[in-house]
Amino acid sequence: MAKYITKRIIYLIITLFIIASVTFFLMKFLPGTPFSNEERLTIEQRELLNAKYGLDQPVPVQYMNYMVNIVKGDLGVSFQFENQPVMDLLMNRMGPSLQLGVQAMIIGTIIGVALGVLAAMFQNTWIDYGSTFLAILGKSIPSFVLAALLQYYIGVKLELLPVASWNSFSSSILPTIALACFPIATAARFMRTELIEVFGSDYITLAKAKGNSRGEVAVKHAIRNALIPLITVLGPMAVGLMTGSMVVEKVFAVPGIGEQFVKSIMTNDFPIIMGTTLFFAFLLTVIILIIDILYGIIDPRIRLNGGDK
Amino acid sequence: MNKEEIKEIPKEQFEPAPIDHEGAERLEKPQLSFMKDAWLRVRKNKAAIVSLIILALVVIMAIIGPHLSGHDGYEQDVSKSNLPPRVPVLENMGIFDGKQKIGGEEVNKYEQMNIEEYYWFGTDSLGRDLFTRVWLGTRVSLYIAVLAAAIDMLVGVIYGLVSGFKGGRTDNVMQRILEVISGIPNLIVVILMLLILKPGIMSITIAMVITGWIGMARVVRGQVLKLKDQEYILASRTLGAKNNRLLFKHLLPNLSGVIIINTMFTIPSAIFFEAFLSFIGIGLQAPSASLGTLIEDGYKTFQFLPHLMIIPCILICVILIVCNLIGDGLRDAFDPKMRD
Repeated sequence: MAKYITKRIIYLIITLFIIASVTFFLMKFLPGTPFSNEERLTIEQRELLNAKYGLDQPVPVQYMNYMVNIVKGDLGVSFQFENQPVMDLLMNRMGPSLQLGVQAMIIGTIIGVALGVLAAMFQNTWIDYGSTFLAILGKSIPSFVLAALLQYYIGVKLELLPVASWNSFSSSILPTIALACFPIATAARFMRTELIEVFGSDYITLAKAKGNSRGEVAVKHAIRNALIPLITVLGPMAVGLMTGSMVVEKVFAVPGIGEQFVKSIMTNDFPIIMGTTLFFAFLLTVIILIIDILYGIIDPRIRLNGGDK
Repeated sequence: MNKEEIKEIPKEQFEPAPIDHEGAERLEKPQLSFMKDAWLRVRKNKAAIVSLIILALVVIMAIIGPHLSGHDGYEQDVSKSNLPPRVPVLENMGIFDGKQKIGGEEVNKYEQMNIEEYYWFGTDSLGRDLFTRVWLGTRVSLYIAVLAAAIDMLVGVIYGLVSGFKGGRTDNVMQRILEVISGIPNLIVVILMLLILKPGIMSITIAMVITGWIGMARVVRGQVLKLKDQEYILASRTLGAKNNRLLFKHLLPNLSGVIIINTMFTIPSAIFFEAFLSFIGIGLQAPSASLGTLIEDGYKTFQFLPHLMIIPCILICVILIVCNLIGDGLRDAFDPKMRD
């Protein structure tokens, strides 16, 4: 196990190094400059600005500085917001994003598992078809479309919940629903397939033969075993949530990381784009690593294969 | 006929049944090719068939739709801007009659401004016909999706085939490369690529392909590893078949199932990604339209002119749902576990 974890961590570091380098060099090739009204700046002013942000040094030196700073956890200073370190900016905006992500993940998994269990227990009845249809809808409808429609119908037309504000729990309800859709669909589809397979296994027949009721068999024997592999879909779920958070935060004007990222793309704020990219990449790769290791601990068969999929 | 009666039948009337070795081997049912077999299975799946029909209709409309309404999708006419939908016949029934609420009052802009034409889906803020633009957008979205899926398929299949078939050191190196690339979240790669490439159909496709082929490569490699040790491959090799023949004659046909399923799921995700990128503002640029840019445009004014956002939203949802249903149907059809 230790060998497996070490190997995975080495890969993680290589991956992050590549992402950091690629991000850096891509940013160097980007058209446009981050300084607004550049044509109005005199040459001296421009040089001053370049010197301030270290843009006057040769590219390899900039690259070295950048890499050293990243390791120290320093992601540079935003061009747009005077003297605001990117790290602080990200940390300030972490709260709402984290809240939405966790809420959506928890709600999505619970509802999704419930739907999947119902579908598998009542296979080929209208309950199954209904739940499968819901899962298809959740998988198909893009989160930003759902977010925009929710905002229009529930927020603007019915005026049930606040939109485009962020001050109370109620303003997090609609974004959470929009985000939770994908986890619901993923969990429901996965649980259904998994449970149907488990229901066909011998030990379930044995449990039934011992006189347990349908519900007992499902809760005590089947669901427990089907829940373990659910860990594997948490990774794709996290990726989906992160993608979704950008647009959902934009639609509902949530002051989170995703919204900041979309804004900084518009304003060519390189340090924020680079910082957020690295941050997202770091978060995702670490989450996926943790999930894989967890799964390896719970299900030793994975380890036997050396983690080669 | 009872026993006694049978005994009364004269012996001459009996003769031995012909022993026909060839006949015993004859197959009664026509032999089904792989594709025919799959099609028979898909046909049983009503949802997939309905989806297939809807998808065909959408494709046809994407081809002929922009020419149907008689309005150009790019021509700007500010005097006819922001019109609500109005459809002949339906307008007599009280829906799609060109009425809209402005400041709590219901007004008919068509009557106010003496506009005789019918704009089936209304017009946008520059007076362009939404009906034409929606189908133009569908065309672009579908085009990007099919192109991306095709390139993903090509690259992924070749990579997977080589990696799985060569095995050994080649496989090891190729898998390590794959592992590193797949560690990079594709969202981030796509956004970074689009920031440096000029926004356009080609650059969006390229950006999506960079990470898109990995899934296909993995699945194909897995299948190749499973198949290449089977007896029929060994038999063919013993008979002197070259690698090319093994790959294209024996492996590829057996891989077609997973390849088709994977491609079918790439298409909706490419449509989604394109729309997503357009929505956050780094997708296609005006005046070209995709479903994503239409939704983004409509979103800016959705409080007053909801139809501009809702119509493209409905269309993209329909396309994504039918694509997923077809994909599900195909997966069930090709899945060997489902064989009965």
